[in-house]
Amino acid sequence: MSAVLTRRPGLGRLRSARAPLHLACLGFVALVVLAALLAPWAAPDDPNAVDLGNALAGPSPDHLLGVDAAGRDTLSRLLLGARTSLLGPLGVVAFSTVAGVLVGLVAGWRGGWLDSVLSRSTELVFAFPGMLLAILIVSVYGEGLLAPVLALAIAYLPYVSRLTRSLVLAERERPYVSAYRVQGHSAAQICLRHVLPNIAPVVLAQSTINFGYALMDLAGLSFLGLGVPALTPDWGRMVFDGQTAIQHGYPLSAVLPCVLIVLTVVAFNVVGERWADRVARRTP
Amino acid sequence: MTEAVLQVTGLCRAFGSVRAVHEVSFSLPAGGSLGIVGESGSGKTTTARIVVGLEQADAGEVLVRGRARTGRARGRAERLARAREVQMVFQDPYLSLDPRTSVEAVLRETLRLHFPGTDHTTRIRELLDQVGLGTRAADALPRQLSGGQRQRVAIARALAVEPAVLVLDEAVAALDVSVQAQVLNLLADIRERTGVGYLFITHDLGVVRCVTDEVVVMRHGRIVEAGPTTEVLDAPRHAYTRLLLESVPRPGWDPDRIAAARRAL
Repeated sequence: MSAVLTRRPGLGRLRSARAPLHLACLGFVALVVLAALLAPWAAPDDPNAVDLGNALAGPSPDHLLGVDAAGRDTLSRLLLGARTSLLGPLGVVAFSTVAGVLVGLVAGWRGGWLDSVLSRSTELVFAFPGMLLAILIVSVYGEGLLAPVLALAIAYLPYVSRLTRSLVLAERERPYVSAYRVQGHSAAQICLRHVLPNIAPVVLAQSTINFGYALMDLAGLSFLGLGVPALTPDWGRMVFDGQTAIQHGYPLSAVLPCVLIVLTVVAFNVVGERWADRVARRTP
Repeated sequence: MTEAVLQVTGLCRAFGSVRAVHEVSFSLPAGGSLGIVGESGSGKTTTARIVVGLEQADAGEVLVRGRARTGRARGRAERLARAREVQMVFQDPYLSLDPRTSVEAVLRETLRLHFPGTDHTTRIRELLDQVGLGTRAADALPRQLSGGQRQRVAIARALAVEPAVLVLDEAVAALDVSVQAQVLNLLADIRERTGVGYLFITHDLGVVRCVTDEVVVMRHGRIVEAGPTTEVLDAPRHAYTRLLLESVPRPGWDPDRIAAARRAL
C-alpha cells in the first residue's frame, strides 16, 4: 500500500519497529484511558478544593504529587484533567475521521470535477494553520470545549480526506471492485461493504496519530487560556496555572502535566504507526 | 444454426490515438463457446470489458438475447438485468475476490441481490458442489485458498447470477498447468449442464483448442481470422495465425525465425 501517514517532523523519526517501545506505549495509552474513565473514583481529593494555607506544598502522604499555587491537589487534577484532555481530541478525531472519510471517498470514487472541487477546498484548509483557525473561532464564539474542538476537527479533516482519497483511488482499480460491478452491485453498496472496510485500518491508524497531535494542539490552546473554562481541570490549563509555581521554585504542578502531554502524544504516535505498519504487511 | 445469444457488431474503441478495438464483430450461439485469441495489446481484453459493460464502446453494438447493452446502465432493474445477461471471470483470482469476504459471504451477497427472499443455503451448497469445492471451503477467506480454489470461487460467483453468457478473461492463465486442466474440465462440464455460453479470452492456443467451438483471432484491434476452432488451428489462412501457432514452444522450435517472421508481418 503506497499511502503514507502524515506525521510531524520531529515525531516522524520515532521508530515503532522495536517491540518493547510499542508495548510500553500501548500500556501507557491504556493507563491514561483507564485513568480518565475512573477519575472521579480514583481521585483522592476534590480537584477544585482550594487550600491556600497549604499552597505549593511538596509531595506528602496527603497529597502524593503535591499541590499547586492555589492549594489544589495535583494528582486529582491530573486524573480528572485526563478526562478533558482526552475528550477534546476524541471529538476532533471522531469528527475529522467521519467527515474526512466521507469527503475522500466521494472525491476518490467519483473523480472528475467533484474530486477537483473537494480536493482543492480541503487543500485550502491545509494552507490555513489549524491553531490560528481555532484561535479565530474561539475568539468569535468564546470559551468552551466545543469551539476549539470543531475548529481543530476542520483543520485535521484534510489529513484524513487526502489519505482516504488516495486509498480509494488505489482500491477502486482492484479487480474485485470490477467483479462486484459486473455482478450488478450499486456503487454505494460496493463502497460501504467492501472498499471502506478494506481501507479502514489505515485511516484509523492515521486518526490515532492525529489524536496525539490534537491533544497537543488543544493543550496549547488551553495553555493560552482559549480552550476549557478556567476551573475545569485540564493538562494544558495546569501548565498555564503552574507558571507562577515554577517562578517560586515549585515546578511539580506544571512539569507533571507537561510530561503527561508529551508521553501521551508520543504513545499515540507510536501505536498508530505500528498499527499502520502491521496493516501494510498484512495486505497481499 | 441456433439463434445467437451474444451478437457483437462493429465494435470500436479508441484510447487517445490508439485504436484498441476496431470494427470487431462476432456472434456466439446459445450454449456455444467462442475463443478470442491474440497477443498482449491485441484488444481482446478491451473487447471483453466492453461486452460486460466495464468499458464503453465508441461505436458498435452488443446484443444479448436480442437486447442492446449500449451506454451505461440506468437504475437498479437495468443493472440487475444486465448482470444476468453477462458475467465475467477475471484473470487473477488473487485480486478478483475481496480479501475480507469469505466464500459463503461472497455467494450469499450475490444471491441476495439477484434472488431475494429465497433460501440461499441450499443454492450455495449446490454452487460450491458445481465448481468442485466442498462445504468446508465455505467459511474460508480467499487468502486461505489456493489459486485454483479461488478461481473456482470466482466461477461459482459468476454462475450464481445464472447468466446467459460467461466471459472468461484469461481465466486460467494465472494457474499452473495441472490446475489449469482441472478448471478447463470443470468449465466444459458446467457448459454441458447449464447451457451457458462462453466467451473465452486467451492467448493460449492449447486452451482454445480444448474448450472452444469457434475462434476469432485478433491483432492490433482487428479481427484477422475467424472460423471453427479446428479449422483455424489446423489450417490457418492468415499469416498472423500461423505465426501465433508457431510461437508455441516445442521440440525443434526456433525463436529467432519466429522473431524474423514477426518483423516481416
